[in-house]
Amino acid sequence: MVEFWWSYAWPTLWIVIQILFIVVPLLIVVAYLTYAERKVIGFMQLRMGPNVVGPFGLLQPFADALKLMTKELIIPTGANRVVFLIAPMLTFVLAMIGWAVIPVADGWVLSDINVGILYLFAISSLGVYGIIMAGWASNSKYPFLGALRSAAQMVSYEVSIGFVIITVLLAVGSLNLSDIVLAQQDVWFFIPLFPMFIVFVISALAETNRAPFDLPEAEAELVTGYNVEYSAMAFALFFLGEYANMVMMSGMTVILFLGGWLPPLDIAILNWVPGIVWFALKVSAMLFVFLWVRATLPRYRYDQLMRLGWKVFLPASLLWVVVTAGAIVVFDWYPGIVN
Amino acid sequence: MSEVAIKNMTLNFGPQHPAAHGVLRLVLEMDGEVVERADPHIGLLHRGTEKLIEYKTYLQAVPYFDRLDYVSPMCQEHTYALAVEKLLGIEVPERGQYIRVLFSEITRILNHIMNLTTYALDVGAMTPLLWGFEERERMMEFYERVSGARLHAAYFRPGGVHQDMPAGLAEDIYAFCESFPKFLADMESLLTDNRIFKQRTVDIGVFSAEEAMDWGMSGPTLRASGVAWDLRKSQPYDVYDRMDFDVPVGKTGDCYARYLVRVEEMRQSLRIIKQCLDEMPDGPVMTQNHKLTPPRRGEMKHSMEALIHHFKLYTEGYHVPAGETYTAVEAPKGEFGVYLVADGSNKPYRCKIRAPGFAFMQAVEALTKGHMLADVPAVIGSLDIVFGEVDR
Repeated sequence: MVEFWWSYAWPTLWIVIQILFIVVPLLIVVAYLTYAERKVIGFMQLRMGPNVVGPFGLLQPFADALKLMTKELIIPTGANRVVFLIAPMLTFVLAMIGWAVIPVADGWVLSDINVGILYLFAISSLGVYGIIMAGWASNSKYPFLGALRSAAQMVSYEVSIGFVIITVLLAVGSLNLSDIVLAQQDVWFFIPLFPMFIVFVISALAETNRAPFDLPEAEAELVTGYNVEYSAMAFALFFLGEYANMVMMSGMTVILFLGGWLPPLDIAILNWVPGIVWFALKVSAMLFVFLWVRATLPRYRYDQLMRLGWKVFLPASLLWVVVTAGAIVVFDWYPGIVN
Repeated sequence: MSEVAIKNMTLNFGPQHPAAHGVLRLVLEMDGEVVERADPHIGLLHRGTEKLIEYKTYLQAVPYFDRLDYVSPMCQEHTYALAVEKLLGIEVPERGQYIRVLFSEITRILNHIMNLTTYALDVGAMTPLLWGFEERERMMEFYERVSGARLHAAYFRPGGVHQDMPAGLAEDIYAFCESFPKFLADMESLLTDNRIFKQRTVDIGVFSAEEAMDWGMSGPTLRASGVAWDLRKSQPYDVYDRMDFDVPVGKTGDCYARYLVRVEEMRQSLRIIKQCLDEMPDGPVMTQNHKLTPPRRGEMKHSMEALIHHFKLYTEGYHVPAGETYTAVEAPKGEFGVYLVADGSNKPYRCKIRAPGFAFMQAVEALTKGHMLADVPAVIGSLDIVFGEVDR
């Protein structure tokens, strides 16, 4: 019995506790991201944003969540019930499990696997299935068009994200996310790899279906796109999934280019601040960019988005992979194995 | 293997659609994302305005004109007032004319802000809308101070305007003119040179000058195609002939040109507003013929004649000599015309309204054919369609 406890039950329980320690703060972050979005965009548009529920409207996310939980879930008659219900769950779950490998501070990671970046890439690629399934299962025209757009868009931009990741890998020599962060102790990668940083940030916008690439949910043409037919908690899961994805893509940007949990300067005062604070600050800055872009830019058209993805980003990132690899070979800059 | 017939997808764009500008129902036949056919359905906002006017006295018909194109109410009252004045053969005192021109131009800015910012919203930029409505609010307050209503003013009446401007309004309008260019610059910084906005609008929905005329375009939509036709210049009414302003003309006739023309028109409207404020003389604002316009309230306290006039005006109304007229003004959206037939009674025999938006509606198919779905809201937005006037 004792053996069972120490070799099976406790490890499982410990993992569950760790998962809760990641997922609960993450959900709170997502809730307050929606609040921050409404506040930030509100101020940019000379409005107040939510300010009635609780002090400064701080309880607004919970009010919204409660509302969505208590609403009736409507399943359209023509919909494929099973797929219709699986789609939002899939989106939400995929947005959550990516966090298993993200190091939020030195050693603070659920599973420090050596192919962390590949795992992340795979998870974010799967995200498109939730949307396609939702669009298809709704058996309605607007969601269907939204899903088609989204599929094409996410697949296109993953190609350039792939090349960006390869460039970073060339510079680090490891697929482990902690190693990637530690390799940036001297200089954050957004300085030497600046063009790739730009490509990555823009692709991240496209990958998370955010403005100016929010075609799948373009309210002007498709009303809200793939989630038109969803209501109540199913809708909330899509919503949470989208925002969790934003946080995850910001986290990826921070790890790949902005030095993860490392302080901006390697001096004592900055090093006393815990790593997770730096990580959170950097992620917040990236999220602010997401919101700022949404308040500023119009939306691309479908074909223009494709052109940007395939004719601009793909050649540019491919070229930069070759340049980086060439530079490493010519100047003998092979990255040492960081441990 | 049997042949599979590929059927185009039919998409119902509206009537409940966030980008359909009111109750437009557009039946789109789509080949993937490309529009093969766009079939606009109208009539969902039909209220029978023209018929209703036949049962109202000439004065009672005024408020119906506010409710046609509800984003530019005063310009439409203007048309009707001019038409009735023409049939009656009366002149409006100068101050009344200046006030009418002043508020016509405020209305033009009101309308263009509404149009440009919702147009930007339709192509995905949401911030200009919120900024613009801040300015619109200030102008609606001018409406309220002068007429008591923010939207449906019923302020321009046959014979002049209902009341003189309250004290201090002219100064506030002037202050508004000073600060408004700042908003225009801000809005332009978000849109005019924005690459995405240009990609969404340049070469979309192109009309050559001939096509634009053939399809019955007017106003900014016609001028964007390169036709310098503005009723304020070509057949000036009220005191427009004394105003110094330019008529912006586009070159390309696409959605972007229509946007640029409207932005420049707002600047020209500001010039006209300033000139009106500078040159406005003192004097009455309404024709002093009290068989046609109400006497002052003070006068009614001691003059029996004034009391009789007042009673007759607000019960029977005035009789308009038999005749007919087509009167048109340059409303913000284009040529807004009223064909009025009088039979000598106190009610119009027929009142046909020529709404610019109705002509724009028929061009939607020609403009969107072969474009993508996302261009449909851009085209509709750039045409400035408001269903109040299309359906009447």
